[in-house]
Amino acid sequence: MAAESLRTARLDPSSAAVGIVLLVVLVLGFAGAANATDVGFAAHSWMFLIAAAAGLAALLGWHEAGDKTPTFDKAFYEEGVVKAGIVATMFWGVAGFLVGLIIALQLTWPNIFYFPELPWTNFGRLRPLHTSAVIFAFGGNALIATSFYVVQRTCRTRLAGGMWAWFVFWGYQLFIAVAATGYLMGVTQGKEYAEPEWYADLWLTVVWVAYLAVFLATILRRKEPHIYVANWFYLAFIVTIAMLHIVNNISLPASLAGGKSYSVFSGVQSALIQWWYGHNAVGFFLTAGFLAMMYYFIPKRVERPVWSYRLSIVHFWSLIFIYIWAGPHHLHYTALPQWAQTLGMTFSIMLWMPSWGGMINGLMTLSGAWDKLRTDPVVRMLVVSVAFYGMATFEGPLMSVREVNALSHYTDWGIGHVHSGALGWVGFVTFGSMYCLTQWVWKRPKLYSNSLVEWHFWIATLGIVLYIASMWVSGIMEGLMWRAYNDFGFLEYSFVETVSAKHISYIIRALGGGLFLLGALIMIYNLVRTARGDVPVEDRNRAPAAPTLQHAE
Amino acid sequence: MDYEGWSSFAQTGGTTYFVAIFLVVLVYALWPRNGARFRRAAELPMKEKEHGDDRPLA
Repeated sequence: MAAESLRTARLDPSSAAVGIVLLVVLVLGFAGAANATDVGFAAHSWMFLIAAAAGLAALLGWHEAGDKTPTFDKAFYEEGVVKAGIVATMFWGVAGFLVGLIIALQLTWPNIFYFPELPWTNFGRLRPLHTSAVIFAFGGNALIATSFYVVQRTCRTRLAGGMWAWFVFWGYQLFIAVAATGYLMGVTQGKEYAEPEWYADLWLTVVWVAYLAVFLATILRRKEPHIYVANWFYLAFIVTIAMLHIVNNISLPASLAGGKSYSVFSGVQSALIQWWYGHNAVGFFLTAGFLAMMYYFIPKRVERPVWSYRLSIVHFWSLIFIYIWAGPHHLHYTALPQWAQTLGMTFSIMLWMPSWGGMINGLMTLSGAWDKLRTDPVVRMLVVSVAFYGMATFEGPLMSVREVNALSHYTDWGIGHVHSGALGWVGFVTFGSMYCLTQWVWKRPKLYSNSLVEWHFWIATLGIVLYIASMWVSGIMEGLMWRAYNDFGFLEYSFVETVSAKHISYIIRALGGGLFLLGALIMIYNLVRTARGDVPVEDRNRAPAAPTLQHAE
Repeated sequence: MDYEGWSSFAQTGGTTYFVAIFLVVLVYALWPRNGARFRRAAELPMKEKEHGDDRPLA
């Protein structure tokens, strides 16, 4: 009997370790739920408690199933977690785009979409839900899924750490759920892109360290002497985000059983730390990680090695060394010392070089295969994403110049700039990568429908153009209106006049966002049909040999 | 050291440090003998089949 249980007990060490972590979370969640001093903390304690219990149940079920379950066999790649990542990416993407559309409509028709009796629908709560959903949930899942895929393929080894990769995946979803529900309940520490409160921050730290460990351990057991450039970008992204996240979130909870904390930084120091964090969230989350995708998926899709590997090395080191200093350009004309503002501005301008070096490297990878732009809409999506990357990284340094910033800051120009990067670059490179990945991990010779990819591409591109063009117009207009003086030296316009002047632009922006969402829905339909293995649309006309015509006798 | 001392150290030292790092990177990237390694590395993604292949190449 004892021998029997020992034999079946073949404990997988990584699963046991994950189980212990979940046990600790279970106990902490229980303690939090029992002692909570506010509703938000109680709700989140229950979420942690339930998630830990569900995780433990899943682990036990997996263990009991014994030989019938995968055993982290090194002879095979780990693709289950990549599949889960694709599903999560598309799910959160649509959720984030939808909330973006809702808040765009709220700004356009505030009388229709304002519900004072439902505080969680307020713009102030939905806006961080939108930004976090698209950046951290959509972008983050895309980064985790593609990094897990790329690191295995370029190191020619299975993902290290066994169950830990699944811990990273589900732990990250739990963080997203806690953060999102927190915003709706009004739980926030009020730092842009770092809104989640202290306990959610601690949980993300645990998940992120596990992510770094899985990624590093996989690289360490690689069968290739060289670490491919995409992995360098992924690693820079993971390490830097860990550093930024920890430093910007150092705070003292008012109570260990409550969801309120106070940052240890205050005044201009707090502002500087916040924008050091905020801008590098752009630089390392939304740029370095997605450049890793560019360096893997474009060469792979067009079957051409990257144009210049030497340039990719210079691109990598100069980008990461320069980006980290650019944050102060968010604080022009504030209490931040002028030299620090100038420093941020100078480094932002220097970023032109690595950014455009990287863009050229991505685009020129197509040399000799430019025809694929016409024949493969997925390649077109990836290439247009790199073009948007070049455009956004040209516009950004321009806006960081103090005199330009005087006009552009606090206006819709900033919103337009962010979205040309977010929709055009991050969105399109993710879409392109997800089209590739879905086809590859579900082992399909081709996508369900290329023409649906064409529809997605053109609808989304039109949406982006409407979005950024309308925001340029409204941003520059309101910037000029704010600084207009009349003959007597008074301000020409009241604030509300600048708001009502933007109404048309807001309608166009909402339309653009709606088109982008529509494109993503078309994509999901296409991906689901591809994953299910349905006969590709383009193959249907090539039906089995048609009956031959016979002459009438 | 006073404020002026620290800031001139940070500015001059920082500039020198960054230029030196950049030169090291340039030399490493352009060093002729690294060419073969980089060519091999650039081919890495192309070695694997996209689909129908779950196993790492031996």
